[in-house]
Amino acid sequence: MIDIKDLVKTFHRGSINEVLALSGISLQVNKGDFITVIGSNGAGKSTLLNCLAGSYPIDSGHLFVDDQDVTRWPEHKRAAQISRVFQDPLLGTCGSLSIEQNLALANRRGRSHGLGLGVNRQNRDYFRQQLSQLGLGLEDRLKDRVGLLSGGQRQALTLLMATLVKPQVLLLDEHTAALDPKTAQQVLELTGKLVSEQHLTALMVTHNMNQALQLGNRLIMLHAGKIILDVSGVEKEGMQVEDLMEKFYAVRGEEFASDRMLLI
Amino acid sequence: MTYYAFMGALEQGFAYGFLVLGVYLTFRVLNFPDLTVDGSLPLGAAVSAVAISAGVDPYLSLLLAMAAGFLAGMVTGVLNTKFGILHLLASILTMIALYSINLRVMGRPNMTLLGKSTVLDPLTNAGIGLFNAAPILFGILSLLALLFLLWLLHTAFGLAMQATGANQQMITSQGVNTDRVIILTVGLSNGLAAISGALLCQSQGAADVNMGVGTIVAGLASVIVGETLFGCRSIGRALLAALLGSLVYRLTIALALSLKLGQFSFTPSDLNLLTALLVVVALTLPGLRRKVLRR
Repeated sequence: MIDIKDLVKTFHRGSINEVLALSGISLQVNKGDFITVIGSNGAGKSTLLNCLAGSYPIDSGHLFVDDQDVTRWPEHKRAAQISRVFQDPLLGTCGSLSIEQNLALANRRGRSHGLGLGVNRQNRDYFRQQLSQLGLGLEDRLKDRVGLLSGGQRQALTLLMATLVKPQVLLLDEHTAALDPKTAQQVLELTGKLVSEQHLTALMVTHNMNQALQLGNRLIMLHAGKIILDVSGVEKEGMQVEDLMEKFYAVRGEEFASDRMLLI
Repeated sequence: MTYYAFMGALEQGFAYGFLVLGVYLTFRVLNFPDLTVDGSLPLGAAVSAVAISAGVDPYLSLLLAMAAGFLAGMVTGVLNTKFGILHLLASILTMIALYSINLRVMGRPNMTLLGKSTVLDPLTNAGIGLFNAAPILFGILSLLALLFLLWLLHTAFGLAMQATGANQQMITSQGVNTDRVIILTVGLSNGLAAISGALLCQSQGAADVNMGVGTIVAGLASVIVGETLFGCRSIGRALLAALLGSLVYRLTIALALSLKLGQFSFTPSDLNLLTALLVVVALTLPGLRRKVLRR
């Protein structure tokens, strides 16, 4: 399905600020996998998603989607297969366009945005029906500018837009982090609903370990640009937050030990 | 103001209307401050003048002018997107390059069209006086341009255009190549500016390599004055406001030129100062109004 091979990404290469963000990540994502991605700040979670989406060029490695090598594809070309929801609720929608116009753009993801009318009566009905499943009353506000919506509403809309045309993989980059707890919970429930209803393949970055354990069938933990834990199925279901912390500190401890060995 | 001065201002307002609609596209929709128009307006005039002198139909010469302007705008777009040059700088580079190109196109600094046929001929032949013919024809043509843009901005491409100006990350992740959108939109904007140049040279009877100086400022002034006076709530309203802004701008200038305060009167050399003042007033007025109303 999605095959990440030995992905390496360095920021500010060759300068004094050089940072190795991803040091050889390999990951095989199976069809229907809902993977939660955790790790501390700077572990490379967001970088991984940005490299998958094509926002950042990578130093070396390969990326296959459905056996097709998309490593050199620009971001807009990859968008046909990969859709995303960002941490910033303002980033996934266009505030100066109306709700229906945003949906019309999303409805053509991966196809040409040509000279046909953006919104017609037919797809307006379809949008209304799709919006009603959000339960936010947006189906009656098709012509409202998206800039008038709250962060939570915009994030729910972004989520709908990302799944309006079924993507091969959905990337969620801490997409509830900027929302208040109640709204975050709603958006999270919506995420689970959309993913399971459409049998989507998804990668979700989160800082919330409970979330990471509750949602999805697989969990990976990143540290210093490497995958240090990859659990799925029954093994994941049986895990507690304490187990994750233990694993995390075990790895950090090893590092500490090896550093000390170097000093001696 | 005399009737002739009034009709003359309308003629100029409508002729510059194409340019103003183009400036609206780049400046407001695409968020791309584009100075190329200072070069593409005289380019349109030059191409049209040379074509008419060579016996080409005046209406066909408008299309040739538009194509030339479109190419000029695309150069700016490519410099910006493919070579990563800052938009403002990219457009200045194209603008100064066009100065040389315009001289090459005409082979001399200016070119008269005395005795040559123009787009106004069908109307004057029908017995409409020249002073009425130009505002009528240019008014109809600029309204057609407005309707075309209104349609274009409601197509999927037009939505992508608006989104490219507002949120590039969003529209890229919907699978749109923003480079392509920018190149085409800046091209279209300059194609419109070139039509303005072609119409002006035909109604004034001459193309001049220096006729583009200050075009962008006049275009911006018209867009901003239009927005301030007529609002910009919807795309249709904003397009209409831009065109009306062009009329108001030219009328204001005509009014200022006809003003006599005792010994003092404005001369055409004062126009740059007046334009700058007009833009400042139009830009600060909405803020001032809000402040006063709050108190």
